[in-house]
Amino acid sequence: MAETYRQLREYNYGFNILLVLHVLIIAIGLGAAFYMEHNGHVVTGMNNQIVWGLPHVFAVFLIVSASGALNLASASSVFSKLAYKRFARLSAILAIALLIGGLVVLLLDLGRPDRLIVAMTHYNFKSIFAWNIILYTGFITIVGIYLWTMMDKTVTRFNKAAGWGAFIWRIILTTGTGSIFGFLVAREAYDAAIMAPLFISSSFVYGMAFTVWVLITMCQATGHRLLTQGVSEKLRELFIIFIAAMLYFTLVHHLTNLYAAEHIGVERYILWSGSVFTWLFWGGHVFLGTVLPLLILMKSDFGSSRAGLTFSSILMLLGGMAHTYVIIIGGQSYPLSLFPGMGVTSTFQDGVYANYMPTMPELLLGLAGVSMAMFIVGFALKILPFLPAPVTENQ
Amino acid sequence: MKIVLIMQKLIITLLGVAFIGVSLLASVGQASAQPEWMPNPPKAIGGQCDLDPKEMRKTHMTLLDHKRDQTMRDGIRTKKYSLKKCIACHAVKDKSNKCVTVKDERHFCRSCHDYAAVRIDCFDCHASRPEDSLNKATKAAGNSHDKLAGLSSIGKTGDTTDTTLRRFIAGEVK
Amino acid sequence: MISLKQGQIEAGEHKTAPVDEAGRRKFLKGSAAALALAPGMTLFAYGEAITKPAEQAVTTKSRWGLLIDAAKFSDEDVDACVKACQDENGWRDTGKPMTDAQWIRRVNLKNKKTDEQFSLPMMCQHCAEAPCVDVCPTGASFKRKDGIVLVDKHICIGCRYCMMACPYKARSFVHEHIEDQKEHAPRGIGTVESCTMCVHLVDEGKEPACVKAAPEGAMVFGDLNDKTSKLAQLIKSVATQQVRADLNLDPGVRYRNI
Repeated sequence: MAETYRQLREYNYGFNILLVLHVLIIAIGLGAAFYMEHNGHVVTGMNNQIVWGLPHVFAVFLIVSASGALNLASASSVFSKLAYKRFARLSAILAIALLIGGLVVLLLDLGRPDRLIVAMTHYNFKSIFAWNIILYTGFITIVGIYLWTMMDKTVTRFNKAAGWGAFIWRIILTTGTGSIFGFLVAREAYDAAIMAPLFISSSFVYGMAFTVWVLITMCQATGHRLLTQGVSEKLRELFIIFIAAMLYFTLVHHLTNLYAAEHIGVERYILWSGSVFTWLFWGGHVFLGTVLPLLILMKSDFGSSRAGLTFSSILMLLGGMAHTYVIIIGGQSYPLSLFPGMGVTSTFQDGVYANYMPTMPELLLGLAGVSMAMFIVGFALKILPFLPAPVTENQ
Repeated sequence: MKIVLIMQKLIITLLGVAFIGVSLLASVGQASAQPEWMPNPPKAIGGQCDLDPKEMRKTHMTLLDHKRDQTMRDGIRTKKYSLKKCIACHAVKDKSNKCVTVKDERHFCRSCHDYAAVRIDCFDCHASRPEDSLNKATKAAGNSHDKLAGLSSIGKTGDTTDTTLRRFIAGEVK
Repeated sequence: MISLKQGQIEAGEHKTAPVDEAGRRKFLKGSAAALALAPGMTLFAYGEAITKPAEQAVTTKSRWGLLIDAAKFSDEDVDACVKACQDENGWRDTGKPMTDAQWIRRVNLKNKKTDEQFSLPMMCQHCAEAPCVDVCPTGASFKRKDGIVLVDKHICIGCRYCMMACPYKARSFVHEHIEDQKEHAPRGIGTVESCTMCVHLVDEGKEPACVKAAPEGAMVFGDLNDKTSKLAQLIKSVATQQVRADLNLDPGVRYRNI
């Protein structure tokens, strides 16, 4: 029997360059974070109106993607789709890496990142945020155990259980992440239970797009074929289903809001006003992130080709960033309604659309999170057999 | 390759010499009463401390921690072990008769914390010098770090009231 | 009256004798006895409950609140309250309106139908069911037993989730280093802050700074739980409003004539 998994043992110039590049970006990002902490958040674009900025967009995007990156592993362990078994290890390590990348960004953007220990020792169990901290660390642990059951033959018998555990945990995790926004009673753009399923459906799309992106990068780097035509075809179909699901939840979210008179204002602001969020929503999330990939993937021969999958997964990731940006920044930009029916002004930006212009340090920190995730995966591929073995012609 | 090896040896030797030197200096230092590199905290100006200084050195962080939670969560605002009182009693003045902030290495807290290499978190939020010292115009130079020793007489006469402290801090008495 | 007296005696004590914890306690015991002996007459400082002895913890017996009458405020009056808060708590306008902290602010309102215009002071509403307290991951955002909502800056990690959750936009994040804070109002970089209802004054039996600066009767401070307090009586007798009453947060700050 041919080996199923490989470790990147041989020297690979292009791959190493890639790793060094990621280390460089991480170093720059850490520098940016230090700069932000040293001077205070005054050097960022964030302010008392837009309290969560670009770092949070990156962090939430990565954390949501982390859960979705587990798709292929879950498909093989939980739903017994053995065609994906070859990708299970990569899928799991990518999930851990993306989560760590997101958490690093989230942590380094805190006002007091030096108090990480406080966040670990003081819990307010009524806070969904505190629960998320537990969900994140738990995710890393459970997926770690899951990986172990995949890689150590002596514990293979626990693989199914660990797979189920990880699957359930990831659904709860993304529910928790969505609920960070869903539980905000006063913010009109959030405050909806549908945030949780919306985030879950998005995670399927973004996480798998990351997985495909990494797989195709590794095809390029190693010069091997890692995907059979059959798997590519299945990935294409899965993408279509997931995108449709995400589109459905987005649609329901906005339709529900449009029906309620009190929420028409915020919907008009996001969907129609011509603000940056309108462009990002329609141009980024809807067109780039869903319509265009759907069009590509619907065309079955091109959609399942390497180029088609690459192109559409990159589009989905860009659309995903736009979507997360609209949710996080757009939702805060719309003013709180303190006195419904009255015109409100103040020195504290009451009643006006808050402006936000991200600064370079924020962007660098966010990118460092992505690089952190990619570096962890790349490094893992070098030290342990995570990568699926190349497919031969007859497979 | 050879150069690298030589460099390595050189560095190791230098480190060794430096280490021995430092150890020697240290042992010599211990012989004398108060070597210069030991922390030398300025004398307090308010007289009797809430706790024996020896104990205070060991437990001040716990006491302050406990006190802060009492004050903030329960509104218990007694003066004992209050940071406000510590700051007032341990104010240190520079040559221009102004109380120094924690940015100045003569600051009471820093005199030890620098030595122990323990970061003080208090002064990111709390003022590191008494508030009163800011409201009044400062007098002419005089109360430098060295002269503070004489101020302990305030404590000896038993006059440890806030008023005296305030007057000192405001530069009215020396 | 008793609080005033106590203040005087305390001041006198400073002039004559050293601060002695035992003596102080004795004095406080004495004052407590006096209170017990002569109820009614000395029980109220300004129509409110007695001053809490310094070593006594706050209880749920009181719940501090405010009643703000928008009709009694001109723009300048609100600004005077803002100024008083700045002076008391040491926050100020540093010329960066987007990132400067604002514990209390003037909100100008305009009825869209009638064009009627007025202004009112807006700050932390000290909710009984405060969303900021619920969402805080570390428990830094907390409610004192007497209803005052505060930030424990010792364990605040600066995640700003409370700012996302607050319906009143009452909180600010400290974006820069601060020096020479007020002794009773610590504020620091990377943590969140908001109106403390001048908790340091309330603990001494005094009124918050804004209340003092407001026009006569425009702001009433008191104990919502004490049926005899002026505040509770007013709330019982006149029409008062809660901002975003629909959220059912039971704010300690109430308004009139919005």
